[in-house]
Amino acid sequence: MQYQLEGSQAIAKAVALCRPKVICAYPITPQTHIVEGVGEIIRSGELLNCEFVIVESEMAALSVAIGAQAAGVRSYTATSSQGLLYMIEAVYNASGLELPIIMTLGNRAIGSPINIWNDHSDAMSVRDSGWIILFAETNQEALDLHIQAFKIAESVGLPVMVCVDGFILTHAYEPVDIPSQEEVDEFLPLYNPATSLDIHKPLAIGTMVSPEYFMEVRYLAHKKQMDSLKIIQCVRDEFRRKFGRDSGGLLREYMTEDAETIIVTLGSVAGTIKDVVDDLNLQEKKIGVISIVSYRPFPIDALKDSLKKAKRVIVLEKSLAVGIGGILFQEIELVMKDTDAEVFSIIAGLGGRNITKFMLQEYLSRKSCKKITFLGLKEEIITKEYEFANFCGREGEV
Amino acid sequence: MRKPFATVLEAATSLSNKTGSWRTMRPEYIKMVPPCNSTCPVGENIQLWLSLAKTEKFQEAWEIITESNPFPAIMGRVCYHTCEKTCNREQFDGAVNINLLERSIGDMAIAQGWSFRKIAPCSEKKILIVGSGPSGLTAAYFLKILGYNVIVYESHLKPGGMMRYGVPKYRLPRRIIDAEIKRITDMGVKIICQKEIAKIRTELDNFDVIYLAIGACKASKTDIEIKNTPHIFDAVDLFGKLEDDFTNFPPLGKKVLVYGGGNTAIDAARTALRLGAQDVKIIYRRTIRNMPSHETEINEALAEGIEILCLRTINSIDGNKIFINKMNYDEKYDILSLSKETEILHADSVILAIGQSVDESILKGIDGIKISEKGVIETDKNMMTGVSGIFAGGDAVSGKRTVTSAIGQAKKAAKCIDAYLRGTELIPNIRGEVVNFKKLNTDYFNKNARVGIAKSNDISFEEKDVSYSKNEIITEASRCFSCGNCFHCDNCYGYCPDNAIIKCPDGNLEINYDYCKGCGICATECPCGAIKMIIDDK
Amino acid sequence: MSNPTLGNRLSKDDITIQSSSNRNNSLTCGHRACQGCGEALGARCAIDAAHHATGGKIIIVNATGCLEVFSCSFPESAWNVPWFHSLFGNAPAVASGVAAALRITGKEDIRVIAQGGDGATCDIGMGCLSGMFERNDDVLYICYDNQAYMNTGVQRSGATPPLARTATTVPHKNYLGNDPQIGKNISQIAIAHEIPYVATASIGNIQDIEKKIAKAIHIRGSKYLHIHVPCPLGWGFPTSETIRIAKLAIQCGLFPLFEAQYGKLYGSIPIDDPIPVEDYLKPQKRFAHLFGKNATPDAVSVLQEVANSNIVKYGLNGGDI
Repeated sequence: MQYQLEGSQAIAKAVALCRPKVICAYPITPQTHIVEGVGEIIRSGELLNCEFVIVESEMAALSVAIGAQAAGVRSYTATSSQGLLYMIEAVYNASGLELPIIMTLGNRAIGSPINIWNDHSDAMSVRDSGWIILFAETNQEALDLHIQAFKIAESVGLPVMVCVDGFILTHAYEPVDIPSQEEVDEFLPLYNPATSLDIHKPLAIGTMVSPEYFMEVRYLAHKKQMDSLKIIQCVRDEFRRKFGRDSGGLLREYMTEDAETIIVTLGSVAGTIKDVVDDLNLQEKKIGVISIVSYRPFPIDALKDSLKKAKRVIVLEKSLAVGIGGILFQEIELVMKDTDAEVFSIIAGLGGRNITKFMLQEYLSRKSCKKITFLGLKEEIITKEYEFANFCGREGEV
Repeated sequence: MRKPFATVLEAATSLSNKTGSWRTMRPEYIKMVPPCNSTCPVGENIQLWLSLAKTEKFQEAWEIITESNPFPAIMGRVCYHTCEKTCNREQFDGAVNINLLERSIGDMAIAQGWSFRKIAPCSEKKILIVGSGPSGLTAAYFLKILGYNVIVYESHLKPGGMMRYGVPKYRLPRRIIDAEIKRITDMGVKIICQKEIAKIRTELDNFDVIYLAIGACKASKTDIEIKNTPHIFDAVDLFGKLEDDFTNFPPLGKKVLVYGGGNTAIDAARTALRLGAQDVKIIYRRTIRNMPSHETEINEALAEGIEILCLRTINSIDGNKIFINKMNYDEKYDILSLSKETEILHADSVILAIGQSVDESILKGIDGIKISEKGVIETDKNMMTGVSGIFAGGDAVSGKRTVTSAIGQAKKAAKCIDAYLRGTELIPNIRGEVVNFKKLNTDYFNKNARVGIAKSNDISFEEKDVSYSKNEIITEASRCFSCGNCFHCDNCYGYCPDNAIIKCPDGNLEINYDYCKGCGICATECPCGAIKMIIDDK
Repeated sequence: MSNPTLGNRLSKDDITIQSSSNRNNSLTCGHRACQGCGEALGARCAIDAAHHATGGKIIIVNATGCLEVFSCSFPESAWNVPWFHSLFGNAPAVASGVAAALRITGKEDIRVIAQGGDGATCDIGMGCLSGMFERNDDVLYICYDNQAYMNTGVQRSGATPPLARTATTVPHKNYLGNDPQIGKNISQIAIAHEIPYVATASIGNIQDIEKKIAKAIHIRGSKYLHIHVPCPLGWGFPTSETIRIAKLAIQCGLFPLFEAQYGKLYGSIPIDDPIPVEDYLKPQKRFAHLFGKNATPDAVSVLQEVANSNIVKYGLNGGDI
């Protein structure tokens, strides 16, 4: 059924439909409305058999989920920004213990300076944590990805983080189609873990592992992630069959068929880019867009395949690895390393800075581009800050 | 979905890690000798029977006592219990009342009619025992158990020797003696009373072995000058008459003097009091501290109003006048000398209790039996006299002259006789290390004073106190520290951080050296010092 | 007052589970704790008692620390109960999650125990512990207090006593070891949360641990049990003296045994005849500098005053609490 809902509320509905047993929440600034939405669904009696645990910190939030999941029930939490950093030890712990927890990350910048608006710095800080990390482009996809995430996590035996752009999606009202409980129940079977804390079969979970075995543990974790690429696709296919919608998978391709220039990005900004691409394609510019859904595991082969005809690849990302530059950019460079295509990096939208169609059109109209571009950087401020003779920056190019 | 590698483990998989290899010291269970057992002249396993008594296994406790001593009820009254003096509990809150416990269990045995096993003779050898005192009957008892034919000759009217004719009734009721002797005769030991033996020599032809337990019944001679008085008695004579035929015994009168410092003197004084004397005094040469008599006896005598006049000797007696010489005594070097002071006391009668010696007349005609200067029969280390096949024991031999030492000696004599008859040598027991107080961990014991028992103040021939009740036996026996011997308190088992103690189905404990890291907690927390840490040089 | 032997035959009330051949051995042989480890003993005793009281229906959540490292290092686990280790600072929250999962699946007969050392409890995990208390989650939290970070090499924790030597409080000429403050009294902090049950216990009194576990494990809501577990290595005493040291701590008043319910102290185990704190301090090398050549007599009096104040505060003299 179609609803006009705020992104957070849509996600809350989706989570509730997946019948988690334990949901824990801590309202670190910036929090989204997701867990309070789920809380309301539980309190109102719409979702039965679910414990709503209000904790004292993000560390505790994920720890409660870890405990519950280890005890054999489906558990869920949500976080953002600083909160993710505060729980980062537990983030690594959950994946190391192979606990299929689902966590929504309402993507926001991380400080200092404190800033509550959207970018992908938080997600990038845990990109190597061993979680499966999925990015949603729209509220509908955010909703769908949550339903898929439980299935993926429980099939693979790994936690899944669903990244949803803070404010841009979480606080935006869009029409969404919400499936019925029956449909979701058919799609997502009851959680039946292979190992859990069971008094009839007492296991010790969470050992210390010495150098003799640690490499193998890490290798297997990597292999498991790479193997899950297939499962993510299977779940996408199954979802399409069940709900008749294309959501999830590894990548979303738009107009890439004959494109000479392909813009690669993550999250909701793909929508704006598609608008620009539409306009430019009318001028026969041959531009396509790829937005990555499965950021981890990173779909190298799928990307190689989709980018193989491209002459120019532009990576637009809302994150910056200070001291080197774009993060996704480096990863795409790796994908493109055996091709003749040129790869360009755009750092944009940090800390909630708007990425407008105009900015993108302007960029794409340039005759030549620097390798790295800080899109929309206010040059006059930088100039003022660096009042020394040989500063010759232009539009943020360093 | 596979089980995660390495982060998930099955339960108790650590059992494959044998931490015993860390060990440099190793605990071992040991059995040490408790001080009570170590000092008991009879060699009773006191600790063992106390442990049985505290778990209400009274008959088993009694059986353990009677493995060493056939007279628990008698000994529970007359033994001077050296065990209690060395009891480690003395340094904590007072020794365990072992003596009264033995008496109580002995009395319970009489009341319940517990008997010794009947032993069928399994040897042709015949043994004659002369004298049915504690030594003679004990030897008879053990020899009977060993399967010999045993006959006891007794010159008195009734069996019992000094138990009957040397210990007053108020200390040892006669029904107790009768009951405990009957148990021995029920085993098949034959006692023939009023059997005077003219010549022991002739009996040697009829028996393979003769055991002389003839005691020391002859009063020692004195050099006191005695004039004009019929009222001089010998203590042993008094006791004997009192037991068998008191009808013609002359009255002692109101004022009685007893001369001597041993137990016999105290018994005589207290008996005089019970026979109607009102003013009883004991005359003794040294100080009260030096009296050979047992301290409790002295205290009881004093409590009954008997006066002890120390540092005095009787010089002479003339009618009712007793001429006393006061003495100088150098305690350090035990040197006695007459002082110049004298005094005169008045008494209706005087009881002499200055020692007894062996009646040598019985031994006439046997060459080879020697009497020592101290007036006792000389024996070798195997208790045999100079004549092959004739053994001797009890007061006739020893210097201690207590029922306890008599029983202890007789037990040894029985073994010696058995060895002699088998043509072997007696192998002496090797005694282990004795546990002292420092080796115990008394943290686990609460201070509980010994269970008291009411004593009557009546001066009569009745016993002054009663035995413990069943519950009192349990409570008092429970006070035993079980020095040097595991009493299954489970401290080692419960405190071992490595679960390296195995509890066997029978309750015994073993150390699992596969896992024992040798920390030593078990040894420290053992209340009774039954675990020892030794260097592990594996 | 002395406490009886573990397998006391005289009074059935005093027979411990630890003395029973049927005890679960929840922490079994082959663990890698040091010789004479008080924590290994304390943990086995406490978890066996809980196992006994619940018929084996327990799940353990363990914080990082000595206990975790020595008991469960791949490929060997010494645990005979369902056991879970996540992180150093989050055991109470993880336990809350386990409890929530059990509650929602109708398995509240399975009882949850979280456990950790004094560092996990007083320091790094205190936020999560306080949160667990505040929500009154149905968890028994057990702190095994050995008064420093032993696993990492004996560094000071919030539970380290005044004047003790640790790797981070090494005494020098003008420094007498850990600053003479009171430290963090985590039991009192637990009491301040007004949770249903708070108690202290010691491996110097196994009977008491077992009684308190038996009582606490069936109470709904948050429970806190603080168990004193001497560490031969970190405190510097012979491995054979672990129990004895624990007892001395009780007997001098430095480690009071008490119970509280809903924020109110209601009982303590009196000590008949308190011993001077010296008797407890002297056998330990971590206090050796208080008795050496350059010792100041005032130093010991700081600790004696702590003991004296405990005796009054907790009614160890038989007085009112």
